[in-house]
Amino acid sequence: MIVGITARAAGTDAPVEQRFGRAPYFVFVDTETGKAESVENPLVDAAGGVGPRAVQMFSEHGATVVITGQVGGNAAKALEVGGIKAYAYRGSGSVADALAQYTAGNLQPLPLA
Amino acid sequence: MKIAIASGKGGTGKSTVAANLACTLSRSREVVLVDCDVEEPNLHLFFPATTVDVPVTTPVPEIDPARCTLCGECGKFCRFGALSVLKDRVLVFPELCHSCGGCSLVCPQGAVREVPRTVGRVACSRPLPALVLISGVLNEGEVQAPAVIRAAKLLAEGHPLTLYDASPGIACPVIETLEGSDACILVTESTPFGLHDLRLAAEVVERVGIPAGVVINRSDGKDEETLDFCRERGLPVIMTIPFSREIAAVQNRGGLIAALLPGWEERFVALFEAVVKIAGVSP
Repeated sequence: MIVGITARAAGTDAPVEQRFGRAPYFVFVDTETGKAESVENPLVDAAGGVGPRAVQMFSEHGATVVITGQVGGNAAKALEVGGIKAYAYRGSGSVADALAQYTAGNLQPLPLA
Repeated sequence: MKIAIASGKGGTGKSTVAANLACTLSRSREVVLVDCDVEEPNLHLFFPATTVDVPVTTPVPEIDPARCTLCGECGKFCRFGALSVLKDRVLVFPELCHSCGGCSLVCPQGAVREVPRTVGRVACSRPLPALVLISGVLNEGEVQAPAVIRAAKLLAEGHPLTLYDASPGIACPVIETLEGSDACILVTESTPFGLHDLRLAAEVVERVGIPAGVVINRSDGKDEETLDFCRERGLPVIMTIPFSREIAAVQNRGGLIAALLPGWEERFVALFEAVVKIAGVSP
């Protein structure tokens, strides 16, 4: 399973970013192999409509779970239709910490509908 | 002849000037007044009348799932996020679409078809014997103001004398309104904000290439800074409306000073003559 986490920088040591579509980086972690891929988000400075476009990037990377602070209405709709589950991480820890919290079952799902 | 009324700052009196000018001119000729402030049209408050409404539609994408291979090209192309290509379908957000048509061009499968979607309407009426009012109305939550402005201006075409009342600001809706105008009246007020936004608006009309004159509204008689700016930029000041309780009282009950206060009809006739001179075309 691939988990996508919004981050302020590349790598699993980077702090988690609370914003979804405008997060500077997306870190995709394969939970089977433990491999992480960091992707710079080209939408940081886009004028609008970043939510649905970010969801397409998560879909393309095969992510089925997103960990972020919060998502907007359009992103929520796209995540729901795309079958991607979103979980809220409100802490100030790293990508690795967010993933550990998710694996331990401590994160609450974000309401999408 | 087409005259645009713009301001930069909101609430300076664009609609006051437009409505009074239209009322005045309609006593001697046919006039069409177009409310291009489609996000909050208000000229109908001065000219209540029964309207005939024409819907305004813009094209938005519709995906043919039989042809779509989910390649993702349309979603990557759309800078407004109106298309999200997911694992098993393409999700369309029509309210984010700016109708550029790019998705249908980049689709290698010909799977994107454009279908009309209503974003607003144009309301047409004849409130006075020689005055036609055409108001653009953008539906709430929609972004495509220019499409409604284009439609309103199109319905006004063919008339010899047309006034366009612009929205505040200097963004796309104002530029759409200015396009094709022979002259522009910039309405300002003698406040720091009024002057700040007049500077911006003056720059826009200059870039679009439309000759302009300035109306100072709610003047307290201390307009030196505004007058200095106008002199510097070669913008003639073609009318000054004083800050007056009497004028405000007429305005507040939806009245027109050109019709209700002595001397103002003549002043709006003079304003029109000054604009004709600025435009350099025959009315």
